[in-house]
Amino acid sequence: MDMAVVELSRLQFALTALYHFLFVPLTLGLSFILVIMESVYVMTDRPVWRDITRFWGKLFGINFAMGVATGLVMEFQFGMNWSYYSHYVGDVFGAPLAIEGLMAFFLEATFVGLMFFGWDKLSARQHLFATFMVALGSNFSALWILIANGWMQHPTGAAFNPMTMRMEVTNFYDVVFNPVAQAKFVHTVSAGYVAASVFVLGVSSWYLLKGRHLELAKRSFAVAAAFGLASALSVVVLGDESGYTLTDNQKMKLAAIEAEWHTEPAPAGIAVFGLPSSSGHETLYEVKIPYVLGIIGTRSLTGQVEGIYPLVAHARLRIERGLVAYDAVEKLKANPKDVAARAQFETAKDDLGYALLLKRFVADPRKADAAALDKAAWSTVPNVPALFWMFRGMAGLGFLFIGFFATALVMANTRRFDAKWFLRVAVAIIPLPWIAIELGWLVAEIGRQPWAVDGVLPTFLGASSLTTGQIWTTIAGFTLLYSVLAVIEVRLMVAAIRKGPEGYTPWQPRRDAVSPPAAPRPSHSVPAE
Amino acid sequence: MALPLDYETLRLIWWALIGVLLIGFALTDGFDLGAMALLPFVARNDLERRMVINTISATWEGNQVWFILGGGAIFAAWPYVYAVSFSGFYLAMFLVLAALILRPVGFKYRSKRPEPAWRARWDWALFVGGLVPALVFGVAVGNVLLGAPFRLDSDLRAFYEGSLLGLFTPFSLLTGLLSVAMLVLHGAGWLAMKLEPGPVQFRARRFGAVAAVAALVLFAAGGAYVAWGGLGFRMAELVDTAGPSNPHLARAAAAPGGWLTNFAAHHWMMAAPVLGLFGPVVALAGLRMRQDALAFGGSSLAVVGIIATVGLSMFPFILPSAIDPASSLTVWNASSSHLTLFIMLVVVAVFLPIVLAYTTWAYRVMFGRVGEEEVRLNPDMY
Repeated sequence: MDMAVVELSRLQFALTALYHFLFVPLTLGLSFILVIMESVYVMTDRPVWRDITRFWGKLFGINFAMGVATGLVMEFQFGMNWSYYSHYVGDVFGAPLAIEGLMAFFLEATFVGLMFFGWDKLSARQHLFATFMVALGSNFSALWILIANGWMQHPTGAAFNPMTMRMEVTNFYDVVFNPVAQAKFVHTVSAGYVAASVFVLGVSSWYLLKGRHLELAKRSFAVAAAFGLASALSVVVLGDESGYTLTDNQKMKLAAIEAEWHTEPAPAGIAVFGLPSSSGHETLYEVKIPYVLGIIGTRSLTGQVEGIYPLVAHARLRIERGLVAYDAVEKLKANPKDVAARAQFETAKDDLGYALLLKRFVADPRKADAAALDKAAWSTVPNVPALFWMFRGMAGLGFLFIGFFATALVMANTRRFDAKWFLRVAVAIIPLPWIAIELGWLVAEIGRQPWAVDGVLPTFLGASSLTTGQIWTTIAGFTLLYSVLAVIEVRLMVAAIRKGPEGYTPWQPRRDAVSPPAAPRPSHSVPAE
Repeated sequence: MALPLDYETLRLIWWALIGVLLIGFALTDGFDLGAMALLPFVARNDLERRMVINTISATWEGNQVWFILGGGAIFAAWPYVYAVSFSGFYLAMFLVLAALILRPVGFKYRSKRPEPAWRARWDWALFVGGLVPALVFGVAVGNVLLGAPFRLDSDLRAFYEGSLLGLFTPFSLLTGLLSVAMLVLHGAGWLAMKLEPGPVQFRARRFGAVAAVAALVLFAAGGAYVAWGGLGFRMAELVDTAGPSNPHLARAAAAPGGWLTNFAAHHWMMAAPVLGLFGPVVALAGLRMRQDALAFGGSSLAVVGIIATVGLSMFPFILPSAIDPASSLTVWNASSSHLTLFIMLVVVAVFLPIVLAYTTWAYRVMFGRVGEEEVRLNPDMY
């Protein structure tokens, strides 16, 4: 493999995915906030709540268009840039993507049209139903894409088939109910709710500071504070650490996040500061809080969080076993009916992916020497300093949001909408959830390296046989297009916020106006007693 | 575990289902693309453009999902096809995506500001977002019929020869133009049906008539080229239709005229090309007689007939290789596993009817012609 092609393909994927994920969280969260606001409108029948819903709906629409536009690329990128990956795992990975389209995108996209254009055509309840379907659709979409991603982190329910040279589904239930996927889903959608709540709170606070649209601002502030606090707690408490003990790679990710080079006696302490060094395999100036990591990571006082050194040694053993499977696959390629090779494959098939790690260093893994085996074993360690710091950034922000929303809820409940310091903070922190969310994506995906699919397929083997020129062309093209659109989107968003909510009179076709006026209700003609 | 449907049957069903999805895309989002390709021609001022845009504003987004689902379903059911085609047609695919990206933002953002220059730029974006995908899809189909330049090694990794410009051959340009004519006709049929009588509807009918004639001529010319241009492939070895999905297990070979053998062997398949020729005629009649529903029905028949003709003529091939016919992808060697095909069929059987039900409801809510008055006065209109 041409490593330049691999690195550019990763860059391309990271750019387009990180960019797409700037718009998704707001869609996930704001859609439910719209449901809450519109429910209040339907229950109370007070027009102010309709105007509130329509105002936030307008901002939702500006954001949603970008989410759809950038999401288009995601559906096809695997085939475009990760052709061998698509072949190798498409039998498993394609299914959740197709189900996402069928179950989520149709729902979201069909009802979003009714949500924007149905105000004068649907009853209030019907319109609320449309809004709810948009929220449900976008959240279903998150569910299925995280089932796909969860499988990359923890590939359950599938096995390699040497006849087709790919992974195939053996148990679909395990793919769908993958514990890593379920934990990721809750964590990710909650993060989206937090982002939307911070956004609504921030914009409302800006109105309160300016003394404008107070009707809308106070109500929105209260909704966002309550929804945000519940979500922020959910992000942290139901965070995705529950998956870390499941597989070697997840263990490696945890060890890398903690920069824990050697296994510590249980329960391990958590480092709040340190300077991890990838080359020296050590962490300098470490400051630790005792016990905490062991308790979070293993949920016990006796479970050990394995260190990087023992995990690398374990990986080396798996590479050696993987060579047995690799050798068997090569024999089966030459003669598919070779019974002995088939038996040999069965003994070591779970480690086949580890032998593939050697392809980065030698053309034929079976000819690898001890030095290459060592290199391949150490290649299972992801970028430790990056993970160490990004995780701390994300987690720190997560705790900050809990405090922020708790304060906001107290303010809302005591009707204290005039604390200028807090309102200024609320405006200032609008970008922070996006930073936390992008860091979270980076921790999850950098932590998965060197694997595209944990223990199954190394990332560098997954790329398409493209030229660097081709990939540069699309990177440049998407970057240009996305940058222009980003500027436009932000300007429109700011303009819509400055303009504020508008009154609404449903449009009536003129032909209705000429129809005879309704007969006066009988009660009007009956004199009061 | 024994599944209630055998592997061969499931492969056939999934071949047909992908056809249904692609036709579903062309039938629904096809008129969105066509209407936007017509935007600068049928609408001459801002109000007229807004009328055209608002014929599809509430429903185009759901239509587009047919395209996204098409991608996802090919990934799930035909992973080789997904892996080889999108990387093999890399820059063409980039063009399509870049153009399609302009649509969601174009529809939403155009009306956010009143300046004519702002709106004119978005009109261009929407025009590109309609025309470019229509053209490139057709060019891609032409290249599939010619055979794509790829080979698979023993690990089943795909390698390519050729370039973006290499995709534009005389035949693929012809299929590209056919695709544009077909979708413009469909878009014109939609506009005729969806707009209140007036100058825009009048122009849509006129451009539609031109597109109907063009579609008819280009489809016939394409058929002639396929018959006498030496196109076609056939299986050179006996295929195990229930065997593992591995293209190396049975060889295919180039076979000039091979794309016609199915029609000779199964006469019922002739219904597709007949429909492809009949549809534009019906549409033309509908446009001339101002029977708008008939025009749209005719363009729909044309879409179904033309796409089905391509699929049926190639069966069992899905993506033949021009440089290494032995790497060709077929119905029998490029599918997902038996279990995955079955599970996905169950999912489709459950969810597709639900999707069709609420899509129908959405169209019913939005039923009725779009007129000048509503576009001017309704605050929700783009």
